[in-house]
Amino acid sequence: MEDLDNLKATELTLGLPGTSDAPEKPATVSSRVNRRTNEECCTFARNRSEDTAAPAAKARAVGWPPVRSSRMNSCRARKMETEDNSGIYVKVSMDGAPYLRKVDLRIYNGYKELRNALDDMFRCFSLGGVEAHIGESDNAITYEDRDGDWMLVGDVPWEMFISSCKRLRIMKGSEARGQ
Amino acid sequence: MVRGFGGAAAFPDEVWELVFSFLAADADRNAVALVCRGWHRIERRSRRRVFVGNCYAVAPAAAVRRFPEVRAAAIKGKPHFADFNLVPTDWGGGAEAWVEAMAGGWPHLEELRLKRMVVSDDCLELIARSFKNFGVLSLVSCDGFSTAGLAAIAANCRNLRELDLHENEVEDNCLNWISHFPESFTSLVSLNIACLEGDMNTSVLECLISRCPNLKTLRLNHAMPLEKLVSLLQRAPQLVDLGTSKFSADHHPELLSKVESTFAGFKHLKSLSGIWEAGPAYLPAIYSVCESLTSLNLYYATIQSPELLKLVSECKNLQRLWVMDLIEDNGLIAVASSCKLLQELRVFPSDPYGVAPPISLTEHGLVAISAGCLMLHSVLYFCRQMTNAALLTIANNRPNLTCFRLCIIDPHTPDYISQEPLDAGFSAIVESCKDLRRLSLSGLLTDRVFKSIGASANRLEMLSVAFAGDSDVGLHYILSGCKNLRKLEIRDCPFGDKALLDNTSKLETMRSLWMSSCSVTLGACRQLAQKMPRLNVEVIDERRGRPLESWPDDFPIEKLYIYRTVAGPRSDTPPCVWTV
Repeated sequence: MEDLDNLKATELTLGLPGTSDAPEKPATVSSRVNRRTNEECCTFARNRSEDTAAPAAKARAVGWPPVRSSRMNSCRARKMETEDNSGIYVKVSMDGAPYLRKVDLRIYNGYKELRNALDDMFRCFSLGGVEAHIGESDNAITYEDRDGDWMLVGDVPWEMFISSCKRLRIMKGSEARGQ
Repeated sequence: MVRGFGGAAAFPDEVWELVFSFLAADADRNAVALVCRGWHRIERRSRRRVFVGNCYAVAPAAAVRRFPEVRAAAIKGKPHFADFNLVPTDWGGGAEAWVEAMAGGWPHLEELRLKRMVVSDDCLELIARSFKNFGVLSLVSCDGFSTAGLAAIAANCRNLRELDLHENEVEDNCLNWISHFPESFTSLVSLNIACLEGDMNTSVLECLISRCPNLKTLRLNHAMPLEKLVSLLQRAPQLVDLGTSKFSADHHPELLSKVESTFAGFKHLKSLSGIWEAGPAYLPAIYSVCESLTSLNLYYATIQSPELLKLVSECKNLQRLWVMDLIEDNGLIAVASSCKLLQELRVFPSDPYGVAPPISLTEHGLVAISAGCLMLHSVLYFCRQMTNAALLTIANNRPNLTCFRLCIIDPHTPDYISQEPLDAGFSAIVESCKDLRRLSLSGLLTDRVFKSIGASANRLEMLSVAFAGDSDVGLHYILSGCKNLRKLEIRDCPFGDKALLDNTSKLETMRSLWMSSCSVTLGACRQLAQKMPRLNVEVIDERRGRPLESWPDDFPIEKLYIYRTVAGPRSDTPPCVWTV
């Protein structure tokens, strides 16, 4: 059985890593293949003959494991548990500023404090000669999350934000508005 | 010989009412109501408590009309899977229709308990104004309201005894809603505000606590700092049920001794929860109450295994324990030897998405508990590995299980030693535990396990299935067996049309059926709806905007919710829901 698994892993396919191609018929009881989490995606496709709403590379199903979303404080629980007093240092860049800064996200209690801190740090790099306060309407603070996407700061709970933020970028208002 | 034995004419109505008042169970009262018209009339006029398991199963006006003297009502709305974001937020479950009907027909209502419903501030205001003797408001897993609505309750319900807010989504727009309780208000017995996010004004809360001498239950939210918590708790040494706020602070010897003496002052404390973010510095202050505790909820306590172990080992009289998997197998082994009176255990995952290093919590912990805790009857257990042998052992150790919910976090996980499906293990559970009322399955499972469940699980009332089974036969086994099944919820299983259509009459004996990401087609739903007019067959599809009528029969259904009802199709379906 293990040989089969290893062979399968070296097969060339066009799929994304962690997905399988055609929906598998489940093996008989006596020769059960050891399914791993990566094959969750194909098990969605398993039920349908056509490719309808099969999710993409994300192996995680909606609402699974069945823990209440309000209890996603557990992520926080796990973070605290390690009693990790080392800070979460991320780079902060601002468009037009000659150098970047680094901030420790752990020392702030929420978005307001972060905005104030960034304001203090970058105030001297006023854009086009005008005193621009970070966090007010003409600047957007964005961050790069674990997936590599650039997100607007402030949408998700603070704890979720600091655990997924890799770096920060302060965008000029015009760019933030897509102009 | 008495003519018309059992007939209503043999005794005055009041005598029958008194007899019926000894029937606590709704099922018994329902049975009584079917005996004859006389009993039906007497029973309905004397019923004081009503439980509506599905708010759409009956029209509010009909319920209010039939039972005019109700004093306590409990109503449930959304399907259980709404807790895991599987139900669209606008699906329904609004409370207005019920609250309006009750406001008109039950002016003497004293208790209202709503679960998974959408409750607006207007609803809360209507409740506050309509029921002069209102005493108990319990909102569990509800949303749609804000602290402004709570302010209305506080201001107007002069005789409020119990305000229980459990895991609701509450918008915070009225910071000082607690101050709306008038100075003359002293009747509070139970206050649970653990789900509120915002800061509380501690001095207002202290005033309230001080003037309510009957306060037995107090569950605070996490916002209050430890020093303030302590001064508040010193006003209420009579508490039986305490949910603390944040249980950590910088280490100060005076604060520590204050916490210790406060807890030492609790002579009647039986239930403890909250303990948010407990650090090792202040945790030992709890030890003085451990021996008297019967219920301990450490869900929010981010304590490591050694401290957890020490803490639970002190709790010799514990009957209910909710804890994170940080307790690990060692901790559970300690629980098994210390907590001999344990009846209910819930172990939650601290790291559900597996991003942190793995924890040493396995099947061994649960097996130890099943061996050591003879009174254990209710289990919820999240873990990452399981074996058939372990499940067999658990089944043999604890045939008295009534609730067994096992969640192996990765779907399709087999027995990690034999690589077999976990059919044999779960079959052993249902065959051995004859009183099993609730079961949740997980891991790699074939149709065989459903055959066992259908055949053996005669008392089973609720079954949750995910990522299991091979074919329709699995679903057919359940629907053709499980005599007492009330609620069935299924996700991501290859169950389809045939099993549903072969067992249509079964569906009317159940409260509801939820199926999502299975293999049901629209055609089967149409057939089912046509055949069974007293079922609402709701097709939920958030993907496309075209109306249901234009889809072909072989269109695969994304989500399906079927429930029995005497109220016909509901009128408040959102765009993503179609009643077939």
